[in-house]
Amino acid sequence: MDWQPSCSFELLRLRARMLQKIRQFFADRLVLEVETPLLCHAIGTDPHLNFFSTECTSLKQQALFLQTSPEFAMKRLLAAGCGSIYQICKAFRNGEAGRYHNPEFTLLEWYRVGFDLSQLMDEAEELITALFGESMALQPTQRISYQALFQQVTGLNPLLFSYEEYASYAQNNDLIDAVSLCGQDHSSWLDFIFSHQIQPNLAPNTLWLIFGYPACLPSLAKVNVDNPLIVERAELFINGVELGNGYYELSDAKEQARRFDKEIASRQAINRPAVTRDDRLLAALEAGLPDCSGIAIGLDRILMLLSHSPAIDEVLAFSISRA
Amino acid sequence: MAVYSTSEFKAGLKVMLDNDPCAIIENEFVKPGKGQAFNRVKIRNLKSGRVIERTFKSGESLEGADVVDVDMQYLYSDGEYRHFMKPDTFEQYQADEKIVGDAAKWLKDQDSCTVTLWNDAPLAVTPANFVELTIVETDPGVRGDTSGGGGKPAKLDTGAVVRVPLFVQQGEVIKVDTRTGEYISRVKE
Repeated sequence: MDWQPSCSFELLRLRARMLQKIRQFFADRLVLEVETPLLCHAIGTDPHLNFFSTECTSLKQQALFLQTSPEFAMKRLLAAGCGSIYQICKAFRNGEAGRYHNPEFTLLEWYRVGFDLSQLMDEAEELITALFGESMALQPTQRISYQALFQQVTGLNPLLFSYEEYASYAQNNDLIDAVSLCGQDHSSWLDFIFSHQIQPNLAPNTLWLIFGYPACLPSLAKVNVDNPLIVERAELFINGVELGNGYYELSDAKEQARRFDKEIASRQAINRPAVTRDDRLLAALEAGLPDCSGIAIGLDRILMLLSHSPAIDEVLAFSISRA
Repeated sequence: MAVYSTSEFKAGLKVMLDNDPCAIIENEFVKPGKGQAFNRVKIRNLKSGRVIERTFKSGESLEGADVVDVDMQYLYSDGEYRHFMKPDTFEQYQADEKIVGDAAKWLKDQDSCTVTLWNDAPLAVTPANFVELTIVETDPGVRGDTSGGGGKPAKLDTGAVVRVPLFVQQGEVIKVDTRTGEYISRVKE
């Protein structure tokens, strides 16, 4: 029986030290550590996140969902007026397994009241630098907009979709499956090209902060005030590994409801299990979410980078295959 | 045949792709941001031997290919086809030069080799890693030279030409690594 841990004791100690540093980092900044439920009545509507669901025998068999991130509950705390908060918790994404994915993983998520995206990126950079400091010296951080980077690498404009241009780029770059997989769907094209052509070629040993995502990849980010084709979303990468995803948080309840409905429709179109929108989150936004930015960082991946581990299994006490 | 979804893809799995049997070499799960999940798959076309990279939407599936590697004995060539036999059942298979390909130059009658069968028909032939063959033609070497430095070409009884040390003579049997085509040693009769 494979009862033994999939990681070394050194990795257990590295994880413990990392958690300690993170808690110190936020304690120094007077950001409050919180815990929110992992098992909730509602779940994100994101069409590409698959969840685990169960039911509670004492609650008239109501469906409950293991959270794909603690975002909704944390936003309800923010709307209630708790101030800046962070959480270190498990998140669950069904079907995600591979070198960089385990269906159950550890997230650090934090929200800064009064911060815009750029201030949040500053803080994320400070945290990453603090965590990598001793063991892996990083090159100067690259901060670049999604549009500039995309255009630089591919010559394509990511904000405006042109099927002809995208398809001919794919053909010239040996991306033979792009046309059949992406068709007329702008966001699929962006995901395909970004993950195949851009992400693997980001300069190594460097923190990449990529901000200003195309409006078709909005998630829960505010729309840019000057350019409606851009949303205030940022992602973090080191060595081609996506480490985090942050937003200048959408606080408009009506817009949030619209995005929920749109995603619910997309889920239906691609035959994903049906979900309903989280009315408690909408009520909290209605009551008023303070102006804030938030970000989630995958801590297992940070550990992979810190320990030069080629697979996530090697940093988990028990990866899913032996959980 | 079974159907395999992207999450079951692993090195060595044989699947059908564009009507050709293929072997998966590498499978990487790729998930950009909160976007569409893909599997980037390195795959070898078993007919052409070419390695290509393909991308699938996660959750897509491919039909399995009925491809098996079978140890067989090489019997003989009739000029057009080469004939092989399963030593346990004495079942015989024939394969043309296109299928045998480069393996031909290492095949000696009665030697064992691996025949890859697709739907019970030969798809490829792989010689044993090491074969023992007789030198039928080589220049006489310099007496006393045992260093092996330099070397000279030697033609073997299967038609293959390998570089051998100068002291190795015509008529001798040598051991060759078929993966590199390199001389390993002399074989004492």
